[in-house]
Amino acid sequence: MENIPTTADIVKEENLVYKKTKVLTDNILSYCPGCGHGTAHRIIAEVIEEMGIQDKTIGIAPVGCSVLAYNFFDIDMQQAAHGRAPALATAIKRLLPDKFVFTYQGDGDLAAIGTAETIHACNRGDNFTIIFINNGIYGMTGGQMAPTTLPGMKSSTSPYGRDTQTMGNPLKITELVAQLPGTCYVTRQAVHTPGNVRKAKKALRLAFEYQGKNMGLSFVEIVSNCNSGWKMTPRNANEWMEDNMFPFYPLGDIKTPAKLEL
Amino acid sequence: MAKVKGSIVIKIEQCKGCEVCVPTCPHEVIALSKNVNGKGYHYLEMVNDECTGCTNCAVVCPDAVITVYRVKKVL
Amino acid sequence: MKKELRLMKGNEAVAEAAIRAGADGYFGYPITPQSEVLEYLMAEKPYERTGMVVLQAESEIAAINMVYGAAGCGKMAITSSSSPGISLKQEGISYMAGAELPGVILNVVRGGPGLGTIQPSQADYFQAVKGGGHGDYRMLVLAPASVQEMADFTLLGFELAFKYRNPVMILSDGALGQMMEKVELPEPVPCRTEEEIRQQCPWATLGKPANMERNIITSLNLESLKQEQHNLKLQAKYAQMEREEVRYEEIMCEDAEYLLVAFGSSARICQKTLRMAREKGIKAGLLRPITLYPFPQKPLFELARRVKGILVVEMNAGQMIEDVKLAVCGKIKTEHFGRFGGVIPSPSEVLQALEQKIIGG
Repeated sequence: MENIPTTADIVKEENLVYKKTKVLTDNILSYCPGCGHGTAHRIIAEVIEEMGIQDKTIGIAPVGCSVLAYNFFDIDMQQAAHGRAPALATAIKRLLPDKFVFTYQGDGDLAAIGTAETIHACNRGDNFTIIFINNGIYGMTGGQMAPTTLPGMKSSTSPYGRDTQTMGNPLKITELVAQLPGTCYVTRQAVHTPGNVRKAKKALRLAFEYQGKNMGLSFVEIVSNCNSGWKMTPRNANEWMEDNMFPFYPLGDIKTPAKLEL
Repeated sequence: MAKVKGSIVIKIEQCKGCEVCVPTCPHEVIALSKNVNGKGYHYLEMVNDECTGCTNCAVVCPDAVITVYRVKKVL
Repeated sequence: MKKELRLMKGNEAVAEAAIRAGADGYFGYPITPQSEVLEYLMAEKPYERTGMVVLQAESEIAAINMVYGAAGCGKMAITSSSSPGISLKQEGISYMAGAELPGVILNVVRGGPGLGTIQPSQADYFQAVKGGGHGDYRMLVLAPASVQEMADFTLLGFELAFKYRNPVMILSDGALGQMMEKVELPEPVPCRTEEEIRQQCPWATLGKPANMERNIITSLNLESLKQEQHNLKLQAKYAQMEREEVRYEEIMCEDAEYLLVAFGSSARICQKTLRMAREKGIKAGLLRPITLYPFPQKPLFELARRVKGILVVEMNAGQMIEDVKLAVCGKIKTEHFGRFGGVIPSPSEVLQALEQKIIGG
């Protein structure tokens, strides 16, 4: 057994199989431990690196936990007013059609205050990518009810659980934008397990590739956790997400270009 | 027969001890340390040498603190 | 070379001037009395002339945020609206001021508050010069008084917006937007190339070259001390504007004993009042602020030492008069005459007000 390598033998440049992408900066992420935002950031950055488009990608950060996303992506970025990221992206992409443009938005940003901007960008078929992080809560402001908060789910503004009679129903905006002729690709993914991360990354890659082919708006929802807002450990939050979020927000492609052609 | 042998390098000071990676390891190679880093988090550490370099832990790490190495050793 | 003359509406003149200025984008939303800007641009197809993008947005909020996005890329972008729509744009204007983004916003003012009236008004003076949006910021405000100036100030607006990396407002009104006059159009210039924009706007988000630091457009500073430094930087910029950008016109002020102060459409009416006053032997002059921010404080202060009284004429209930009073420091009698709600004062009623409130009062 003298051929079994030691750790020192293994940890060499030629054996490297995974390291942090260069499209992320060295800044420590401002997210809570176990938050899916970090994983989502990383796979977006990996797709940008693998496609070789770092020098022609412009990202739009939202308002919310990911307001500081521009600190973490090593690309040119703009920070939008709450909900307005699709308006910025519309103008940027129309004025710079050869660039890759994406917005990164949470559920409050995209599905409440920015509903009009989201729906109209999707309906116009503006040729950029929306990445939508849905954790069913307003994380940054302290765990208030979001447009995507599940029925009965507790939050700081629905402390006895969301009563749909008085507080309205959770909005499945991803299904909604899939109905619009301007969207070419609408999918719902997750990033809490290795398998889901790999699938979500493929979806992001497709979304950017469709953008590169001027096919219309590509929309990737990532159902994610909010350990702090949900008041759970990260592992428990991911289990709760599987048991409660996924039945209401089922994962998978909702609209693909192939289905469009049928 | 080819045997895969891997190892990971953890940026201890950037690890937030979220433990999301721990259940993804097929060989229970990783666990949170009893010790804490400068931020007060119980950081990730390798607890045995069964690592195959499968990258699962790195792929789910929200903070990108894990680098993975793997040698393919032909016996 | 012979200049091109055309008979145009003020709204159309702004649109045509924007194309000729080499503007990269217009983003707007219909509202009376400014819809001709968008209509003209849609009919003119500037994309085929210069590459300029025109888009009817889903709201004024979206339109101003499109200007924000475009400006963040160093592009020349313009939006237009009228009072209720300008209220909606205040969010984006504040963010532009915070993120130091250049852009031109045309307000073809109508009467308010609320839906008010579609007739001309100057009731948005406070909103334009004192803020409008949240936070400690200023906007350069240009007040045209003719269709010619509607066109000229579109070019000047872009020039100042990029000089200061700050939003610029053209504060007109429904009369100036709708009236037709002869206008001498500027020579067209092409849109800048990406290389030219990178030269002129090294801060622009055009995609990060491998050998350069990334660019970030944001108005956020979570650390108070950093935000205070940012505020101080903005204040220094505003101080420079106050030193360098004050614009105004003095008419018949050399021997004036009584002074009218008015901007935009009111200033046009006051010019007729001046002639009527002079025929009656009243030595009246007019100071017309062209920049409402920065306000022409010094020339007013100087004139206040020579005249016996000042009448501020506005199509509102008394807004600019506050700045006039600040400028003259209570040295002389300063009164206001205004018609509002879309009513335009007549030259003779202005003269009557001058005689009653200042000369006889």
